[in-house]
Amino acid sequence: MTKYVDQGKNDTRSGYGAGMTELGRTNPNVVALCADLVGSLKIQTFIDENPERFFQVGIAEANMMGIAAGLTIGGKIPFTGTFANFSTGRVYDQIRQSIAYSDKNVKICASHAGITLGEDGATHQILEDIGLMKMLPGMTVINPCDFNQTKAATLAIAEHHGPVYLRFGRPKVANFTPADQKFEIGKALMLNEGTDVTIIATGHLVWQSLIAAETLENQGISAEVINIHTIKPLDDEAILTSVKKTGCVVTAEEHNYLGGLGESVSRVLALHHPTPQEFVATQDTFGESGTPEQLMDKYGLNNKAIEAAVLKVLKRK
Amino acid sequence: MPSTQELQSLVTQVRRDILRMVHKVNSGHPGGSLGCTEFLVALYNEIMELKDGFNMDGNDEDLFFLSNGHISPVFYSVLARKGYFPIDELNTFRLINSRLQGHPTTHEGLPGVRIASGSLGQGMSVAIGAALAKKLNGDNHLIYSLHGDGELQEGQNWEAIMYAAGNKVDNLIATVDRNGQQIDGGTEDVLPLGDIGEKFRVFGWDVLEIENGNDLNQVIDGLKEAKSRTGKGKPVCIVMTTEMGNGVDFMMHTHAWHGKAPSDEQLEIALAQNPETLGDY
Repeated sequence: MTKYVDQGKNDTRSGYGAGMTELGRTNPNVVALCADLVGSLKIQTFIDENPERFFQVGIAEANMMGIAAGLTIGGKIPFTGTFANFSTGRVYDQIRQSIAYSDKNVKICASHAGITLGEDGATHQILEDIGLMKMLPGMTVINPCDFNQTKAATLAIAEHHGPVYLRFGRPKVANFTPADQKFEIGKALMLNEGTDVTIIATGHLVWQSLIAAETLENQGISAEVINIHTIKPLDDEAILTSVKKTGCVVTAEEHNYLGGLGESVSRVLALHHPTPQEFVATQDTFGESGTPEQLMDKYGLNNKAIEAAVLKVLKRK
Repeated sequence: MPSTQELQSLVTQVRRDILRMVHKVNSGHPGGSLGCTEFLVALYNEIMELKDGFNMDGNDEDLFFLSNGHISPVFYSVLARKGYFPIDELNTFRLINSRLQGHPTTHEGLPGVRIASGSLGQGMSVAIGAALAKKLNGDNHLIYSLHGDGELQEGQNWEAIMYAAGNKVDNLIATVDRNGQQIDGGTEDVLPLGDIGEKFRVFGWDVLEIENGNDLNQVIDGLKEAKSRTGKGKPVCIVMTTEMGNGVDFMMHTHAWHGKAPSDEQLEIALAQNPETLGDY
């Protein structure tokens, strides 16, 4: 099995901050907005180096989305920053009308996505945001897996014309993708080739999938692991090529099974290659307070849950 | 610059366009459209510095954002008669496969429209963003926006009003159409707005009033005065009192014509009160 080395735990939101620092130096059209969460979004360096290109909007996310839409008229590339919950559900209609329907080149950058935000509990955790965003026509939806990939995604979306939802998280997790890996929007990454089962994972669940694949290998099960960082547009071809080989699939995401990556994969399979599938995701529930590890365990979002799902789906082949 | 007489002729013709557009498809919003006719005619033909043609970025020209998108008939008529798209296209208002959607949108590529509006309360934020982009670009042109009074019940406006004053967005002139009506009745009965000018003032805006927004000269003078107050550290608000349905006697003094089209007979009466000036589409 392909070996991946954790280069040192880091949070994906810091990957966003690092990406913004670089964009501040290289792309004069990039501007940043934030709704009173500069520290959480890790954009202080961007602000220090480009104070005239930063807009602090206060605790007023609806206004932030509208201002971002307006800034594109004049050629700016606005990156909005707040928690995932306040980047999506709170401002859905503003995004829908002023950004998506209006074809505005806004990058909606959302930290603290999913349940791993931890102790703040369900008011701040969001497990529905991928669904909300992927339903909007023209919206690109990206959920990178580690620090390096989040930084690369941040740089890549500045070059892409159109609205983007970029989702990342709070906890420090393994940083294992190459620092120089180019981020191609909509292009899945093959992390480990296998023959018995395909594990399609996004975000924090990618590293968990690699751990699971290693354990499974010791049990004589060969798991193919695919990193889907772009949920929309989905890399149908990569999914179908793999599933035609393995004959079953487990999807893994830090999101509700309704509306998430798993359902997007199901649609591709139903249309082109019906295949047994198991969903590692939250089961139509809100989260709660706890440490990220406790929550991932309780809600079945870790390597153990992935292993169990693999064993289950193998029996359905 | 066109003469006042020429502008008045255009006002009358735009009113005819509005009435004929909503009548043809038996839907749309004539009341607020008729009330804001003088304002939009004056803005596009006397006040704004505009470049020929249409470019989404709108650099080196003034920009206008319509927040209360339901008054699309007056917006479309004024845009068409300014030359943004063929006047005959007004025939397609609200029809399938048209660029003239029920509420304005950029999605169908209609020249002159820079943002979708219809879901209320979003336009001021967008106008602020465009004003900030102008400042970043070193472009001294102005941003104009129009808002319904009832629309101010949407909370996002107050986020935007707070932001614009706090951040000295002084290249913005936001006009509130104070017609006192909304779908369910008078604004002060549905949810009282009170003294709108005073509210903007205490938020830190420079506020002026147009007492009769259906008097072309008052509108032009008010807009010129507002223009003179830009660039002084405060966003500028115009509270403009209008009569919903202005120009058609039976559509005035009521909120009944907010979103209702005239019948064949009613159209005839209404058009007789606004005789053709520049040629119907």
